[in-house]
Amino acid sequence: MTTPATASRIKAKQRLGDRIFSSTALTAGSLILAILAAVAAFLMVESVPALTEDPEDVAILSGQPFWSYVAPLVFGTIWSAALALLMAVPVSIGIALFISHYAPRKLAAGLGYIIDLLAAVPSVVFGLWGANVLAPAVLPLYTWLTENLGWIPFFAPPASGTGRTILTAAIVLAVMILPIITALTREVFLQTPVLHEEAALALGATRWEMIRTAVLPFGKPGIISASMLGLGRALGETMAVAMVLSASGGVTFALLTSTNPGTIAANIALRFPEAFGTNINLLIATGLILFAITLVVNMIARWIIGRRKEFSGAN
Amino acid sequence: MSQASATDRALPNTYAAGLLGKRVPLYVLGAAFLISAVSFFLIGLAEGGSFNIVGVVLVTALLYMAGIYVTSLLIEGRRKATDRLVTALVGTAFVVALLPLISLVYTVIINGTARFDLEFFTYSMRNIVGEGGGIVHAIVGTLLMTLTAALISVPIGLLAAIYLVEYGRGTLARAITFFVDVMTGIPSIVAGLFAYSVFAIFFGPGIKLGIAGAIALSVLMIPIVVRSCEDMLKLVPNELREAAYALGVPKWLTVMKVVLPTSIAGIMTGVTLAIARVIGETAPLLVAAGFTNNLNYNLTEGRMQSLPVLVYNQYVSQGSVPQAYLDRAWAGALTLILIVMVLNLAARLIAKYFAPKTGR
Repeated sequence: MTTPATASRIKAKQRLGDRIFSSTALTAGSLILAILAAVAAFLMVESVPALTEDPEDVAILSGQPFWSYVAPLVFGTIWSAALALLMAVPVSIGIALFISHYAPRKLAAGLGYIIDLLAAVPSVVFGLWGANVLAPAVLPLYTWLTENLGWIPFFAPPASGTGRTILTAAIVLAVMILPIITALTREVFLQTPVLHEEAALALGATRWEMIRTAVLPFGKPGIISASMLGLGRALGETMAVAMVLSASGGVTFALLTSTNPGTIAANIALRFPEAFGTNINLLIATGLILFAITLVVNMIARWIIGRRKEFSGAN
Repeated sequence: MSQASATDRALPNTYAAGLLGKRVPLYVLGAAFLISAVSFFLIGLAEGGSFNIVGVVLVTALLYMAGIYVTSLLIEGRRKATDRLVTALVGTAFVVALLPLISLVYTVIINGTARFDLEFFTYSMRNIVGEGGGIVHAIVGTLLMTLTAALISVPIGLLAAIYLVEYGRGTLARAITFFVDVMTGIPSIVAGLFAYSVFAIFFGPGIKLGIAGAIALSVLMIPIVVRSCEDMLKLVPNELREAAYALGVPKWLTVMKVVLPTSIAGIMTGVTLAIARVIGETAPLLVAAGFTNNLNYNLTEGRMQSLPVLVYNQYVSQGSVPQAYLDRAWAGALTLILIVMVLNLAARLIAKYFAPKTGR
């Protein structure tokens, strides 16, 4: 009554239940960080023998040094993922725009769900489809391309006899990462300030001009980070590539021939079941490299998204 | 096409002058489809091949773009023409994405029904060479490993989400959020290698166990569960928490009795979707749990087959009768897709029927 309660703040009663509960939750949260660290640690421990062992003693290496074995695989991984991204990003932006700005409102949610269905299909089914349906279907196109546009290095002849080339694998990858990129860019496009859009339209812009001047600049960071996430997924995709691509190793930019670079993930899946001894360590070492690459790509993507979040409250 | 626009122009409506009629794009689309369908039909006749539906759709789209651009350019001018071209492009992008989905579902259903019979669901592959055999062992393995993975990852994921929403402030919470997002991007095969490495270090190299497969799956599942639970917990209005605090309810009881019951529908939906996501994973199980033709109920002993790995195996190592192996692969793929679809549907139903009644 005499003095205002400035100093004597009543402390909340510490209950046992509270303490147990909050520390359990804290443990679970920290456990996630621990798991991620454990993934890196265990892979490193298991891949040490592959680096220290004499290459002559590792059957898969057959004498060549570790890095000259890994380099073509790294190239194949990045090359196939980049091709997939090149195909998937424009189509995804198109779909995202279609769902967010072109399709009738009532249909939009349903159409988005149809695209999400693509994400629900297991990768092994995509592999089966790519190898048995897509590869034979694109074969005539490949033959035509090599015969008529063979002077372009990418389409250098001779065309593969099975159609199971790196381009086919990239098409399957593109279909698989399409829903991820679409979902994210769609969200970003929907967040465009309505006032910006209406201002553009009020100035007499057509719908495309409105999108070019209001929606796309606003969504640019979102498009970039969505593409990076799609890239991360494409880099690590295993079964579809393992089943579609008939890899022969080596580094080549030709898309349609039967000599195709393999990818790290597919190589592991194909070799692991029969591997023994230090071969396993070798495959785990390549897996560690894949882990490092995807980790960096994903971290950059998440960093871009996170940075954008801070600014998006402007409207 | 020109007829339609001519009649439009003949009307003395000044507002419609210099604009395409409402139906003109439809006419152009119809003409494009007709031209492309007829030409592909003729090509199909000439080469004796089948009618190429994908080709028809793509050529129709190209012809439509060219047609609508030129028509609009002549009547409406460059800006409107570009707008119409982009509209056509955006629509085409959607159709292009639908083509693989339709083709995939169609082929899986057509090829999968060949072996979609009783024997397929009542036999394992033990001692089967050539025709016959079934997927009981794979279904058992998939169920056991996925359920174990769910048992591991749901408590961890849910508690971590509670930490992030109810307790987490500062650097640790931000780090967890960031790395959970990063973790969703871990390649599935890396998760498999991790699980293998853990067991190889403790039990010697070359070991393949069902429990290792379950751990690999839970590494993939935990971040998905955290993300969806976090979103659901954030949806719980703060007024509910404050009302509970005002009545003197301790924080942990508030979470248990107020926050969780309010968001339970969303959490169940998220968990179901996470299960649907990992049930189709092949690579981690191939690496960590291996493959076998025998029924195995024991997670801690011996290899364990799973449905996706079975599909892969039947496709990769086709034996003496390749068609029998391919048929099994397709039927397995059909089963897998059906399971995933049922789970997705269940998730939607849960979200619909267990949602808290808002009342306003």
